[in-house]
Amino acid sequence: MHIHFLDPYRPRTSPVHALDPRVKLVLTLAYILTAALTPIAAWPVYILLFSIILSVEILSGLGVGFVLKRAALSLPFVLAALPVIFTNGGKALFSLPIGSWTLTVYAEGLGRFFSVALKSWLSVQAAIVLASSTPFPDLLQAMRAIRIPRLLVAIFGLMWRYLFVLVDEALRLMRARAARSGVIAETGHRSGGSVTWRAHVAGGMAGTLFLRAFDRSERIYLAMVSRGYDGEIRVLPMAAVGSLSWLVLGLGLFLLILLLLFGFFWG
Amino acid sequence: MHHSIEVHNLSFSYPDGHPALRGVSLTIAPGEKAAIVGPNGAGKSTLILHLNGILPVPIPQVWVAGQGQVTICGLPVEEKNLGRVRAAVGLVFQNPDDQLFSPTVYDDVAFGPLYQSLPSAEVEARVTAALAAVRMEPYARRVSHHLSSGEKKRIAIATVLSMQPEVLVLDEPTAGLDPRARRGLITLLRQMPITMLISSHDLAMVRELFPRMIIMDEGRIVADGPTLELLADENLLEDHGLEKP
Repeated sequence: MHIHFLDPYRPRTSPVHALDPRVKLVLTLAYILTAALTPIAAWPVYILLFSIILSVEILSGLGVGFVLKRAALSLPFVLAALPVIFTNGGKALFSLPIGSWTLTVYAEGLGRFFSVALKSWLSVQAAIVLASSTPFPDLLQAMRAIRIPRLLVAIFGLMWRYLFVLVDEALRLMRARAARSGVIAETGHRSGGSVTWRAHVAGGMAGTLFLRAFDRSERIYLAMVSRGYDGEIRVLPMAAVGSLSWLVLGLGLFLLILLLLFGFFWG
Repeated sequence: MHHSIEVHNLSFSYPDGHPALRGVSLTIAPGEKAAIVGPNGAGKSTLILHLNGILPVPIPQVWVAGQGQVTICGLPVEEKNLGRVRAAVGLVFQNPDDQLFSPTVYDDVAFGPLYQSLPSAEVEARVTAALAAVRMEPYARRVSHHLSSGEKKRIAIATVLSMQPEVLVLDEPTAGLDPRARRGLITLLRQMPITMLISSHDLAMVRELFPRMIIMDEGRIVADGPTLELLADENLLEDHGLEKP
């Protein structure tokens, strides 16, 4: 029993998939940075940023629906920005009495909240397009190529490799539990055990999983050391970035800088 | 009187499209002891997982649904019967580490009876009896993480014995055991008066314990008969990647 459906990579033949992973990584990071640096309530810039990511989504052949569905994952985290609505000065819109407290909603706070929500939504979409159009090993190589610390990249790589092993392990534990979850046929007898007992079992399983992961990490490390591992994972160097890729990179960065300037000008 | 296990024309494919079972039919009578043998990838483990309703998993994108019918002690294996089927079939996985998921040996052996919400005196009695049956009574408070493979195997068997199943199904019980642990396990299985179906590569054990042998290859049953007769047919064994013990 293996898990494949966790891998976000979706193989397609599109210009976005074919683009050099280093260029894609840099452009994605630049896009996220632009979204983060754009001033609050610079709505036209947000719309332009959205149109860029939308065109990339269409170009990539992944389907806008696919990306938007996955981007919904970011919505719960937006809630963390909710208090911003109440904490800023400026023009008061309306007040909500809650018991002895009064929460006042400010226009500026509301704008701030929607800006944060939009920015994170746009950034998540960019990350999804990157992860869905680039095989993970290529992404790791690209990270090394743009000088992300090798320890960090090694951790990403190992995490990716063993996440699936760990999920498989967890599935096998759950399968073993299911296999012994028998029910008595007698009428009037309720099987299943108490909720606290079941929580206890689930806790035990989590502990078991942790112990196994810990043991396995030890064995993996020994296997790596025995093959000469010295703290660095070496890979074959990537081919030089082609002139077309440079062009795409240059144009992309130029566009993002223009947007940013426009944002500051507007703000 | 129902048969313990009835499998009728069962087919199943894994999500990558690889067919693991192609029209398997099989009947095991109460009290019978039978062994499924065959090369790796023949479909033995896939068949065994069907006996407990672990496969097919009802997730359409992940698994291709199977066809055919499995009946355990007169109960068709389907969603509403799963609990009762799992109480009737004690499934011991090949890797005991998959089977043992609780912090201590006692917790693991008690899982089945506790899940059935039996009274605590009954749970206690069943755990004691199950550990006694595999001669592991002193291990109740041990942490299963630190046991040897042979010990884990015995505990894994105890975890299903405590449910008092009608059929014991073991997936490659002697795999990975040293000769002494293997001998101990064979003695243990010989003494158990229970319907038993195993899959194995250990033909010497099959000859010793199981009067009936079923040979599987490429998802089909290619031979089913008395063990000694099948083992005498060297051409048959060779055709399906088996070696005469």
